[in-house]
Amino acid sequence: MPFLKFLIPELLLSISTFALLLIGVFIKNSFEIVYRLSIILIMLILLIILTSDIENTKIFNDSFTIDNFSIYSKILILLSSFFILLISKQYISDTKNNKFEYPIIILLSVLGMFIMVSSNDLILFYLGLELQSLGLYVLASIDRDNIKSSEAGLKYFILSALASGLLLYGCSLLYGFSGSTNFEEISRNTGNFNIGTIFGMVFVLVGLAFKVSAVPFHMWTPDVYQGAPTSVTAFFSVVPKVAGIVVLIKFMYLPFRGILDQWQYILVFMSIASMILGSVAAMAQTNIKRLMAYSSIGHIGYAIAGIAAGTENGFQSTIVYISIYIAMNLGAFGCIFLMRRGGKYIEEIEELSGSSKNHPLMSLSLLIILFSLAGIPPLAGFFAKFYIFMAVIESEMYTLAIIGLVSTVLSAFYYIRIVKVMYFDSPKKPFEKFKNLKIYGSILISCVFLVSFFLYPSIFNQIISNIVVN
Amino acid sequence: MNFPILSSVTFLPLIGALFIFLTQNDADEKNRGAIYVSLFTSFFNLFIALFLWYSFDNNTSDFQFVEEITWISGLIKYKFGIDGISILFIILTAFITPICIISCINSVKTRLKEFLIALLVLETFMIGVFCSLDLVVFYLFFEAGLIPMFLIIGIWGGPRKVYSAFKFFLFTLLGSVLMLVAIIAIYWTTGTTDVTQIYEIKIPEEHQYLLWLAFFSSFAVKLPMWPVHTWLPDAHVEAPTPGSVVLAAILLKMAGYGFLRFSVGMFPNASEYFTPLIFALSVIAVIYTSLVALMQDDMKKLIAYSSVAHMGFVTMGIFTFNTQGIEGSIYQMISHGLISAALFLSVGVLYDRTNSRLIKSYGGLVHIIPKYSLLFMIFALAALGLPGTSGFIGEFLVLVGTFKVNFLVAIVASIGVILAAAYILWLYKRVVFGKLDNIQLKKIKDINFSEGFNLITLSLMVLFFGFYPEPILETIKVSVDNLISNYNFDVGRKITLK
Repeated sequence: MPFLKFLIPELLLSISTFALLLIGVFIKNSFEIVYRLSIILIMLILLIILTSDIENTKIFNDSFTIDNFSIYSKILILLSSFFILLISKQYISDTKNNKFEYPIIILLSVLGMFIMVSSNDLILFYLGLELQSLGLYVLASIDRDNIKSSEAGLKYFILSALASGLLLYGCSLLYGFSGSTNFEEISRNTGNFNIGTIFGMVFVLVGLAFKVSAVPFHMWTPDVYQGAPTSVTAFFSVVPKVAGIVVLIKFMYLPFRGILDQWQYILVFMSIASMILGSVAAMAQTNIKRLMAYSSIGHIGYAIAGIAAGTENGFQSTIVYISIYIAMNLGAFGCIFLMRRGGKYIEEIEELSGSSKNHPLMSLSLLIILFSLAGIPPLAGFFAKFYIFMAVIESEMYTLAIIGLVSTVLSAFYYIRIVKVMYFDSPKKPFEKFKNLKIYGSILISCVFLVSFFLYPSIFNQIISNIVVN
Repeated sequence: MNFPILSSVTFLPLIGALFIFLTQNDADEKNRGAIYVSLFTSFFNLFIALFLWYSFDNNTSDFQFVEEITWISGLIKYKFGIDGISILFIILTAFITPICIISCINSVKTRLKEFLIALLVLETFMIGVFCSLDLVVFYLFFEAGLIPMFLIIGIWGGPRKVYSAFKFFLFTLLGSVLMLVAIIAIYWTTGTTDVTQIYEIKIPEEHQYLLWLAFFSSFAVKLPMWPVHTWLPDAHVEAPTPGSVVLAAILLKMAGYGFLRFSVGMFPNASEYFTPLIFALSVIAVIYTSLVALMQDDMKKLIAYSSVAHMGFVTMGIFTFNTQGIEGSIYQMISHGLISAALFLSVGVLYDRTNSRLIKSYGGLVHIIPKYSLLFMIFALAALGLPGTSGFIGEFLVLVGTFKVNFLVAIVASIGVILAAAYILWLYKRVVFGKLDNIQLKKIKDINFSEGFNLITLSLMVLFFGFYPEPILETIKVSVDNLISNYNFDVGRKITLK
């Protein structure tokens, strides 16, 4: 079976996940060992993917693709899961969430995302999506004794199941009207205007928009982000977003390429609504996790703006955006994990008051990350937005560009409000000092990346320009 | 490739800041080490800037010391280069920064190390603005300056610092994002963001108007022009003395420079079309803010409003498009950089001693601190444009240029000169002369060595350039002539240079 060699990452991931599950069941207090093995596994798979020769191949009746694009997104997913596991270890142990299932569920979600980003077929895509979603439902409610966490899990499950239903309905419509579940086949058959496919496309779009939390399908985000344990929130805010955006790009540029004029304005609307709602609603937040939820809604708006441009530059800029977004969010959550006082983790922004006196380095890092999230040059976040607007203006969507840039000003307000709390307000009690080189290292990597990005801002473009979707 | 002298002059302060960040762990408020490092860096930078002036060729309008490397492959080049206009602003920046650092010794009471880092980083960004010949690189530096300035106002500012810092940040950011849209639009219409290439390619006239407005929105906020000037008084009042000095002396000039280099250079037709708008706003700025300045009871606020009025002359001069007007406005910017810096330093001297900026809490200072009163008088007279000070030459040239273009505007603006005399002299009278009512004042000491050094240096410069404007005018002459002839060529007029 020659095609198996293309599946090594997925096969390895699924087999070792079940092995880990067995280890977890038969060894007592096995969180530590399962956690370490998962990190090693992630690194191993990363290594395998990086060293394998990339051939553009389609296997299983053209339903599974291995190309530069899926490889790149898998690397992003692995890297971000790796860092999330690294920085959230302490938090998981401190909040007594150190159940051995935790890393295993994360690995299963990652497997689901792998299938999603590689899928070239509606059925396979749906299976991958559901695998990752099931993992996420459990993760959201992993803190079983905490009523908020359970609520978050339940809320996410019900709403997400509804979205999955819509998505599945859309898929079946697509199949019915185009006669195939294969992306290329659908693309060939949607060339001629067909109301059924457009209906299907809208339903699929709704489902995907829910998964990436784009307005108006964002309602679950703030509650789930706030209710779930911070380690899970960190995972939510980064990894599923990558997979979701990648799949969104795939859908828009493969099966629905021919009906660009049909979906373009839906995406423009979602983009504008997400950007504005993300920045306006975040202004009044006092909980930093809730704020990060709205912030991620806003950022997804910018990412979608790139897709909405409908050009090659457009989706490339979206991939650049999401890559830089990962670096910023990882750093931000690294700093949130440092907010601990008396063994308890703190989520109120007010508690950061005057932290620049007591924790100068942490405050400086958060300052860099926040200015970058706000998109102020010369930090990486600026270039992310710059590429997006390059693509948007290339497509002559001036309204989208102007609204987008004005909403960066609005969003700058709530980012610099945190800077204000840290730097301008008088100091409160300091946080606990803890020596956790993993967190410090991750924050340092994030900040160095954000600050030095301007030295070589085309680094991602060069990687991504190799990526050809078709 | 030659030695990248422009990049050195730009990034040297950043290296100094990094050095302080890494080596000076002393949280002590009297962190001498940090002061010495930053002084050394900034004086060395001033030295390089002066060397730049020395080796600068006055007889060509081409960009000199050009550095060019690919930055974003396929899109944007990192391009630096200077002409006669930008070199003066680089020198001004390099000259004002050490003065700010010296004034920190007296004015900054907490977190000295962080302040010096912010100041040096800011210097890098400011010099970068004047060096860059690529729109994206320019935008990068132009916007990046917001971060350190926001922190300077917010951390070391007065009681309403949060409000002022936010207002400063959001106003300027909002103005600038439209410029980013315009820059990207220029890229897609001309295929480049290299300024020198755009000068040659020329942007189609029908595109120019909207693009001009987008750039205008950014520069008008930054300059600031009436009616978007309201952030400036707040920012000035709350900022610490060195912050106000940088803000008034250099940050405002970035917008004036931007008008010259980008608005006039790239959009000549639109510039001509919008000249009445600029004249109207400038005249309102000159008259209205002068009247507002008359009524202020806070010294810093008064000087802030006077800055708006003085910058009104600058925009008026630029948009006359004749040699006198443009040379005058550049001269006015340089001289305002010196004078406003000196005035804010003078207010800072008083504020450090009594913790009050209110005019009514002073009076009769001449009896206690005569040296200070003398220096303050020089700057006050320079601010109102007395002949023999640098302030006179700038305003005079601008008015001469304006008279040639629009008689009415010039007449009304001249009234502004009288109003300037009124508010400055009244301020001086109330603060320095009169009876000594406030007993607290009797104890205060005259200026110390570092304050004296700053103020005397500045006063010598103000007087020198008041009597002998040649060095500046000679440097800018060819570049200004080139700018005007390009402009006239583009708007299809006969070239008349006299």
